[in-house]
Amino acid sequence: MSQRTEPERTERAEPERTERTEPERTELERLGAWLDERTGAATITRNVLRKVFPDHWSFLLGEIALFCYVVLVATGVFLTFFFAADTRSVTYEGPYPPLRGESVSAAFDSIMRLTFEVRAGLLMRQIHHWAALVFVVAIVVHICRVFFTGAFRRPREINWLVGVGLLLLALAAGLTGYSLPDDLLSGTGLRIVYSVVFAIPFIGPWLAYLVFGGEFPTAELIGRLYVFHIMLLPALTIGLIAAHLGIMWIQKHTQFRGERARETNVVGRHFWPGQAFRSLGMFFVTAAGLALLGGLVQINPVWIYGPFLPYAVSSPAQPDWYVGWLEGALRIGPNWEPTILGVTIPSPFLPGILLPAIVFGGFALWPFIEARLTGDHRVHHLLDLPWQAPGRLAVGAATLTLFLVLTLAGGNDVLAVTLHVEVEDLTRAFRVLVFVAPPLVGVVAYRLAVERARRAGPLGPPGGLALHRTATGGFEETE
Amino acid sequence: MTDPDRRSERIVAALFAVTAVTGVGLLGLYLAGGQTQLEGVLLAIALGSLGIGVAIWAQELMTTPIAIEERHSLESDPVIAGELKGALDEEAGFTRRRMLVGMLLAAFGGLAAALAIPVLSLGPAPGRELFTTGWRSGKRLVGLDGQPVRAGDLAVDGVVTVFPEDAAGSADSQTLLIRVPPGSLRLSAERASWAPDGYVAYSKICTHAGCPVGLYRAAERQLICPCHQSTFDVLTGANPVFGPAARALPQLPIRLQPDGTFIATGDFPEPVGPAFWDITAQTPDGR
Repeated sequence: MSQRTEPERTERAEPERTERTEPERTELERLGAWLDERTGAATITRNVLRKVFPDHWSFLLGEIALFCYVVLVATGVFLTFFFAADTRSVTYEGPYPPLRGESVSAAFDSIMRLTFEVRAGLLMRQIHHWAALVFVVAIVVHICRVFFTGAFRRPREINWLVGVGLLLLALAAGLTGYSLPDDLLSGTGLRIVYSVVFAIPFIGPWLAYLVFGGEFPTAELIGRLYVFHIMLLPALTIGLIAAHLGIMWIQKHTQFRGERARETNVVGRHFWPGQAFRSLGMFFVTAAGLALLGGLVQINPVWIYGPFLPYAVSSPAQPDWYVGWLEGALRIGPNWEPTILGVTIPSPFLPGILLPAIVFGGFALWPFIEARLTGDHRVHHLLDLPWQAPGRLAVGAATLTLFLVLTLAGGNDVLAVTLHVEVEDLTRAFRVLVFVAPPLVGVVAYRLAVERARRAGPLGPPGGLALHRTATGGFEETE
Repeated sequence: MTDPDRRSERIVAALFAVTAVTGVGLLGLYLAGGQTQLEGVLLAIALGSLGIGVAIWAQELMTTPIAIEERHSLESDPVIAGELKGALDEEAGFTRRRMLVGMLLAAFGGLAAALAIPVLSLGPAPGRELFTTGWRSGKRLVGLDGQPVRAGDLAVDGVVTVFPEDAAGSADSQTLLIRVPPGSLRLSAERASWAPDGYVAYSKICTHAGCPVGLYRAAERQLICPCHQSTFDVLTGANPVFGPAARALPQLPIRLQPDGTFIATGDFPEPVGPAFWDITAQTPDGR
């Protein structure tokens, strides 16, 4: 491994080497030598610790997601000690007066006990839920960074696909975890999920029965969600995280154009100590933010929603933020339910199955789609700034606008009350907006990017352009 | 050690001290009985001080020069790739024994199918139950408490959730009994007798995504699903008038008994709840 060592460092290394030849070694050094003789660990460790990490704030976004996951696993393990994945009916006899004497499921009862009777239980629950929400935020922002800078281009298509898999797993883990308390709000959400699965032609009812164990609501459901939430999904997630980091390690980081940055090198700081300590600091700060949210901001107060009852419903009913766009699509979806040759296409199929299939399909295949569209199949280690690829910027901006409009539509009842308008009028407005806003934003973004690129003049050859990072994180061009 | 260095060092040390103190404070709070908000704040201070301290340490006190690492092509050396190909082809002889390889794949396929089949045990096949509910001719309408609902119990524009007499709380039989002024109903001719004295009963399960249709707007005599705002017109057979639902809420035929209670005169005429691909399929008994 060829590395440029700073002169100052080499000087410092000399006296160390002479010390090492002396017979007097510390306990730690002896242990190190013992391990190295048996494993060659010193070489591996040196390679790991001396890996170069580009120094840019946007590269920390993926790390925040990783740190949220660590917090999720830690708090989640605590929660499993108290949760009962059991839908059998029990009478609530805990300290929360409004529900005392009510018939609730054992799952709901265990969450109530965890909330009101286990010390620090509510804190752990709320940190866990907040960590899940921030986890998906961090993933989405990280994906935006990777997308808008073109970091997914050859040779990183595989890691893009792994990342898409991680996003899907995060969504699945969020949905299954949110549903475990067996409260009225999440029960309604499961009912909708069941109905959407039901809507798939030919295999829908059969698939819904396989997953849910029969006609909704079933006694098996909470137990099954639990197996997914604490076993299958985490195992897959940890596996894919390992793959994601491993591939990144082998392929090395991308980097922004800069004075010394080339397609053939990586400019940054060694993993140890600079990057490692920065990341460690970032981990603790992330955990602190989640602790503050979990302590001060109430989240998913299931004792207010009450236990799930199949004939009851609450209003308004909003899911966790990352499902909001699908909820919005269902709300503004057309009331089409054609029957063709005896086969009915249920109304939720278009917004609930087809739309997400197209969105996630296009999203997963984007590196290949873009390469086909632009004809650019070259290897890229240097990143674009968003405006340097106007077409990509337009597609990304339009997609984000689509998500925004749909998410707002998912809260149309709340918005109607806030804005003092009829929910029907709002729904009609969203039905127009969902087709008008994304292309409009896409075109504007494209125009602005082209204009920006025109003013900046032609790009230099790869690596030849000199961009200086300013103290504020922006860029200025220099010769 | 320079002066700014010493200053940074003092700040980092102070931050670590804050973490140590708040950590102990957190322990004390826990032993004293705990308080969620305070726990969260103390934990945040402890972790935050530690994080900021570590970050300042890295930023100000560590020598972290800019380093440059060269990239290398990830592609394998052609000689090595050739050796791999040789090992796969020549030594194992896969290319020469196509028939064996084919049979091996067939064996794997058969075994995989056999091992995958138990997945089917996870759920029964959907059958007749999608087309039926707990309602039968002669079943009395009862409330959630299991007590029969009587004609006098409901004022005009009153709504109550009812169930078959032996299945209070049942998910697929939940039904709304609504009282509207007699004569205001405009039902089809064959359903004229289904709503005695302005009492009309519709399935409570939304035909869009299955939520309980829990809201009744008395002024317009509309039922509204709070999940996706599908709106149904009570007077014309619960036809959808707004939102994503495409089918009417199925109507339950009911009869008023001399003792003031209600009985069903049959099950719903079509499947309740969200649609599925063969919802229009005819079942042996013509339903």
